[in-house]
Amino acid sequence: MPKRTDLKTILIIGSGPIVIGQACEFDYSGTQAVKALKEEGYRVVLINSNPATIMTDPELADATYIEPINSKYIEKIIRKEKPEAILPTMGGQTALNAAMDLYEKGILDKYNVELIGAKVESIRKAESRELFHNAMTKIGLNVSNGRFVKNFEDAKSFAETSGFPVIIRPSFTLGGTGGGIAFNVEEFETLVNKGLDASPVREVLVEESLIGWKEYELEVMRDVNDNFVVICTIENFDPMGVHTGDSITVAPSQTLSDRQYQELRDAAKKIISEIGVETGGSNIQFAVNPDNGKIIVIEMNPRVSRSSALASKATGFPIAKIAAKLAVGYTLDEIPNDITKTTPSCFEPVIDYVVVKIPRWDFDKFRSSNPDNDILGVQMKSVGEVMSFGRNFKEAFQKAIRSLETGRAGLGTDGKDIYQYDYISRLNTEEKNLLKAKTLIKLQTQRYDNIFHLRYAFLLGATTEELYKVTKIDKWFLNQIKDIIEIETELRSFSF
Amino acid sequence: MSKGKLVLENGVTFEGTLFGYKGGASGEVVFNTSLTGYQEILTDPSYSGQIIIMTYPLIGNYGVNETDIESEKIQAAGFVVGNYEDEWSNFEGSHSLDNYLKKYRIPGIFGIDTRALTKMIRSEGSMRGIISDDSVSDKNLLEKVLKTPSMSGLDLVKKVTTQDSYILKSKKPKYRIAVYDYGIKKNILREFLKFNTELKVFRADTDHSEVLDYKPHGIFLSNGPGDPGAVTYAIENIKNLIPAKIPIFGICLGHQLIALALEGKTYKLKFGHRGGNHPVKNLDKNKIEITAQNHGFAVDENSLNSETVKITHTNLYDNTNEGLRHRNFPVMSVQYHPESSPGPNDSKYLFDEFMNIVQK
Repeated sequence: MPKRTDLKTILIIGSGPIVIGQACEFDYSGTQAVKALKEEGYRVVLINSNPATIMTDPELADATYIEPINSKYIEKIIRKEKPEAILPTMGGQTALNAAMDLYEKGILDKYNVELIGAKVESIRKAESRELFHNAMTKIGLNVSNGRFVKNFEDAKSFAETSGFPVIIRPSFTLGGTGGGIAFNVEEFETLVNKGLDASPVREVLVEESLIGWKEYELEVMRDVNDNFVVICTIENFDPMGVHTGDSITVAPSQTLSDRQYQELRDAAKKIISEIGVETGGSNIQFAVNPDNGKIIVIEMNPRVSRSSALASKATGFPIAKIAAKLAVGYTLDEIPNDITKTTPSCFEPVIDYVVVKIPRWDFDKFRSSNPDNDILGVQMKSVGEVMSFGRNFKEAFQKAIRSLETGRAGLGTDGKDIYQYDYISRLNTEEKNLLKAKTLIKLQTQRYDNIFHLRYAFLLGATTEELYKVTKIDKWFLNQIKDIIEIETELRSFSF
Repeated sequence: MSKGKLVLENGVTFEGTLFGYKGGASGEVVFNTSLTGYQEILTDPSYSGQIIIMTYPLIGNYGVNETDIESEKIQAAGFVVGNYEDEWSNFEGSHSLDNYLKKYRIPGIFGIDTRALTKMIRSEGSMRGIISDDSVSDKNLLEKVLKTPSMSGLDLVKKVTTQDSYILKSKKPKYRIAVYDYGIKKNILREFLKFNTELKVFRADTDHSEVLDYKPHGIFLSNGPGDPGAVTYAIENIKNLIPAKIPIFGICLGHQLIALALEGKTYKLKFGHRGGNHPVKNLDKNKIEITAQNHGFAVDENSLNSETVKITHTNLYDNTNEGLRHRNFPVMSVQYHPESSPGPNDSKYLFDEFMNIVQK
């Protein structure tokens, strides 16, 4: 299908200030979208409250408004610029929420403005956990047991039957803000109340915990002809329980057989179709039981996301650019592949390398009275991330650690370990066992520096099996870390 | 683990480390771009006589299991990977890939720059090669490589087809499907058994009259290895089956044989299509399917009589032919693998379409 000619001016909503959970990846996607739509001859109007972005550079959009992203200001812009359509899928959750607000206030109808990229109905289905759960059940996919509650009493009655731990997820918030995992009643009460406050609709989902399950993300695209492609599959190094934004992630998936992977692909295809995203990209997250492969759908973002920026860079497939072109009516087979120029964008990238993302935290800047501030959970805490490529996992992993610019050269051997190699080798058996036990206890809690403690544990004689029990990090990844230590040990044997 | 090497017919040697069976193997060296599915690929009879390179550099991660087999043994001649991962992890896994290759006496080699090797094949075309330990000189190995038969003109079907015919039944068998086994993948049989079918699997050179005696409601022509032009007995049988007006469905080699039976031509592709990400356009529906592919030969579309043959599918990478339908007889076929395994399940509808014709 050729591009739409009934549209002249398109308004793109940016993502606003850089906050934890929403950083420059949306500037990257928004900039791509502005360029893509201008390339097609549309007049592009942009709103973003954050002038410290590339997308607001004067030469990019035809008209740029540095104004607060809310319905009041967007309405003023609509009145003045008279766009026929709004593209709300490039500016993260902020833009989607703003678009929904415009719809609910009747502003879209009043000015006869259409949402492109994702329709109101699709956004609703994907974002409201209740509608999403119903939609998944309808297409025969599993979702975790949970209940939507609007007060603590209802939450408590759920926890009484489900037992702990329980995950608390506030509705309509970004980066899991206000969410958490409660392991006892006291934590539960605090988190539920905090979650209700954080949710714009005072609603939280209390949910059975899938802590320890494997976590996967699929970046997918669909066009108006129902063509569907998976751009990238991402496997989390950290199991369920840590926010994806705080997880070390790896592309492509490493530990699934083809049949197991195709099950996720089939599910993703059904999901995007049921939610009704007709023209663009989505991010779909799954939990997979490591013991039997049972699949649970966690969530779907009907927009360009943090992970799609990662997937674009990992594969060379420009998701935001293509999503913008799909939004104006093109089909995947009509858009040339950015790399080959001669083949269409309707394909699934394959790569001959491994990509590793490691989040960067800055807890020093957020030191509070609470020493456990650096415990990772369902609320994202990282302030950025690095990504690296390698011909194997170990290479990519080591490069990523070095790229974090935390002063570490890689996993150990840089003289900056808390427990130096020489120190550990001088310990007697009893001391080693004691420190090993201490390290295993430490690893039970997800903290940002756990990868280094995995190293200490291996050096102290812990087995892959022992570390798996404690961390639930897939044994494949644990063995990769063990391999790095073995190479290190071998290299040390040559020193003098 | 001992040192080994891969010597190509262009005289280039790649050095690496042997795993799996400690022995030599020669064959046509081809690359597959699938990220997953090495067990299905190794056991696919269409890879008979070939040394497979995986372009994805980490192989072995999830081990091998009891389920993901496409035939009773490993069919490929050898296996070339970047990094072999011996410490696998998967809830369904049962053995390491190393053990699996040993069991079926197939050599593997890792530590090879598979990217450089793949680029070489992509620019120079598929070529013959040999895997060996490093005790033999490159010169000797090159001589052996040059004695390896080339794929063109090679009938490998006889090597992989079933010796005796056999019958498989679904729970409520209602429709008899005659299956010509040119090297069939098990998942094709599994797909047919999802319908109410009885399958009688025939040896590749079974005379058409014997197949017709079975009184089938439908006839299936399977995938398989080698040059379609060399399987002359199959082409003759198909020529005789088409006029019987029994619905015929062909996949991969089956597709090529149908084209040849319809007086079309096939040719050898420079480096073939092997992977799980090929976009194919269904010309009727104007829709794209992401397909699993494994073929070194292709049907020359221009050689087909457009008055009797309709082109139904096209590969969007290189516009080669991916499917056809006869205008007067119930004959349909595709070049790619709708049964996937490994690969996406986008094209399973073809089994529905064929069974709909059968059930009419």
